Amino acid sequence: MSELQAGQGAALNISDAKSTRYRDVIIALIAFVVLALLPMLTSSKFLLDFVIRCSAYGLFATSLNLLVGYTGLTSFGHGMFFGLGAYGYGLIMQKTGVPIPVAFVATLLITFVFATVIGAICVRLKEIYFAFVTLAFQMLIHSTILSWVSFTGGDQGLRGGIPRPPFLGIDLSNHLHLYIFSCALLVIGLLLMRQIAQSPFGYTLRMIRDNATRASFVGIDVYRAKLTIFVLAALFASVGGMIMALFVSGAYPEFAYWTISGEGIFINMLGGVTTFLGPMVGTVLLLILNDTVTRLTEYHGIVLGIVILFFAIGLRKGLMDFVFEWYAQRRDAARERG
Amino acid sequence: MLEIRDLAKSFGGVKATDNVSLDFADGSLTAVIGPNGAGKSTFFNLITGALRPDAGTIKLDGVDLAGRSPPEIVRHGIGRAFQVASIFPSLTVEETMLAAVGADLRRAGVLHRRFPLGETRDRAEQAMELLGLANKRRRTAATLSHGDQKLLDIALALVLDPKVLLLDEPTAGMGTEERWRMIDKVRELWERQKITVVFIEHDMDIVFKIAPEIVVLCYGRILAKGTPDAIRRNQDVIDAYLGTEHHAGAHA
Repeated sequence: MSELQAGQGAALNISDAKSTRYRDVIIALIAFVVLALLPMLTSSKFLLDFVIRCSAYGLFATSLNLLVGYTGLTSFGHGMFFGLGAYGYGLIMQKTGVPIPVAFVATLLITFVFATVIGAICVRLKEIYFAFVTLAFQMLIHSTILSWVSFTGGDQGLRGGIPRPPFLGIDLSNHLHLYIFSCALLVIGLLLMRQIAQSPFGYTLRMIRDNATRASFVGIDVYRAKLTIFVLAALFASVGGMIMALFVSGAYPEFAYWTISGEGIFINMLGGVTTFLGPMVGTVLLLILNDTVTRLTEYHGIVLGIVILFFAIGLRKGLMDFVFEWYAQRRDAARERG
Repeated sequence: MLEIRDLAKSFGGVKATDNVSLDFADGSLTAVIGPNGAGKSTFFNLITGALRPDAGTIKLDGVDLAGRSPPEIVRHGIGRAFQVASIFPSLTVEETMLAAVGADLRRAGVLHRRFPLGETRDRAEQAMELLGLANKRRRTAATLSHGDQKLLDIALALVLDPKVLLLDEPTAGMGTEERWRMIDKVRELWERQKITVVFIEHDMDIVFKIAPEIVVLCYGRILAKGTPDAIRRNQDVIDAYLGTEHHAGAHA
């Protein structure tokens, strides 16, 4: 994965930069309309549930790619913010009964505070130290969830369901409403992350990833930029956790366990990191793999392990990386012929 | 004017920079020479904030920059190119220049607009033209030749509009012809941009040809400073660094 770098395939055509924002918005709108129309085409609850799960994990994995692919910060603990989102939202709704939008904003504020404190410590560290200290913080949060039984429900998670009072005509206890709501959050989240990736700040991140020392000699405050993206990525992961809490109407310690971070890394490896939508494609692939393999064999861990090895060692790139390379080769060949 | 007074830096018991005091006048071109381990790169690292000095002051136009961070020093007008080209491998030449100008304009953290910013184009274009990289704008830095990577490194420093440009061995790793092309480019930049240029160089033919002022460092101290002729004839410099070849050249 280190040989490939996020954003290489994007926005190389500088003259088109102004129109790319409008193009992205149009693509997002089309994607949302297609997803919103899906329930009219199928009555499959499984498919709609699949899309909701894709929304949760897709936001999480794409936010992780902002760190891994765009900034070169390989976090082994990004899943803590997924868990924090799920538990924060669930606890606020259970304990206070505030409207859902208030709980959403409050959860984002809590995530912001946690991410700022944890990020302030972690982003000073380099490479493997960064990776393992983020993992240590994740395990700290996971242990706290397990041991603070009176508050978090311990290993049983938040039981009794999370209230879903209607707001602005939206009733999230209605499966269709929940589906549309999740799709909207996914599309808005992806659009915002796309904006970050294609902004001047996104290019600052690429500079830091490529050569942090040189970036500082260009006048960039590397520490501040790393902390900013760490916090932003945490917020998007937290939204993913909130979607998951809404979906299962609960929050469980597994949401904050290290395996969530591992899955995030795996999703990025599956889908690829050179294109913005690589992690989204990886999410779809992983969930399909998970759902089918677990139905076919109890040894699903072995099968998934083989798939990981195939992508990590055999191909050394993800699916979208392949597609992008193929497209780039065809484009270059056409240019040479022309 | 860049004024350095009593600059000192030690690593354990080794004095890498030992009470160095130097003035670099505005618009001057100075070569820093000396044997390996003389403290030339350390001297640059201290000026640019890569290392924190143990003592001394580094004043640019009266502002003391000693001990400040590299971004702060860059913003005060000291740009730097490295001995081994320090670039952004995955970015194209054009993206590199545009992003660097954006950083200089304090736009590196802008989130609500799209890259590149309109206000960065002119300066980026000028820097690419000046360094002869305009026709390679779409090439990623990693795919450039060694010489072009060195030029890109210099362009990265120059595009920030520095008052002082420090070049650490701009011809390192180049063949003879490429060296002369590079050094002609450095001289051209100095003449056109009217900025203060300080460069470290090991090729004495190049140094004596283009540098009006030379500083010789040895064991972290200033061994000599002066014009090429004066340096050629300085017995301490001949003994410590030049040997007899360049001394003989002076009589020729």
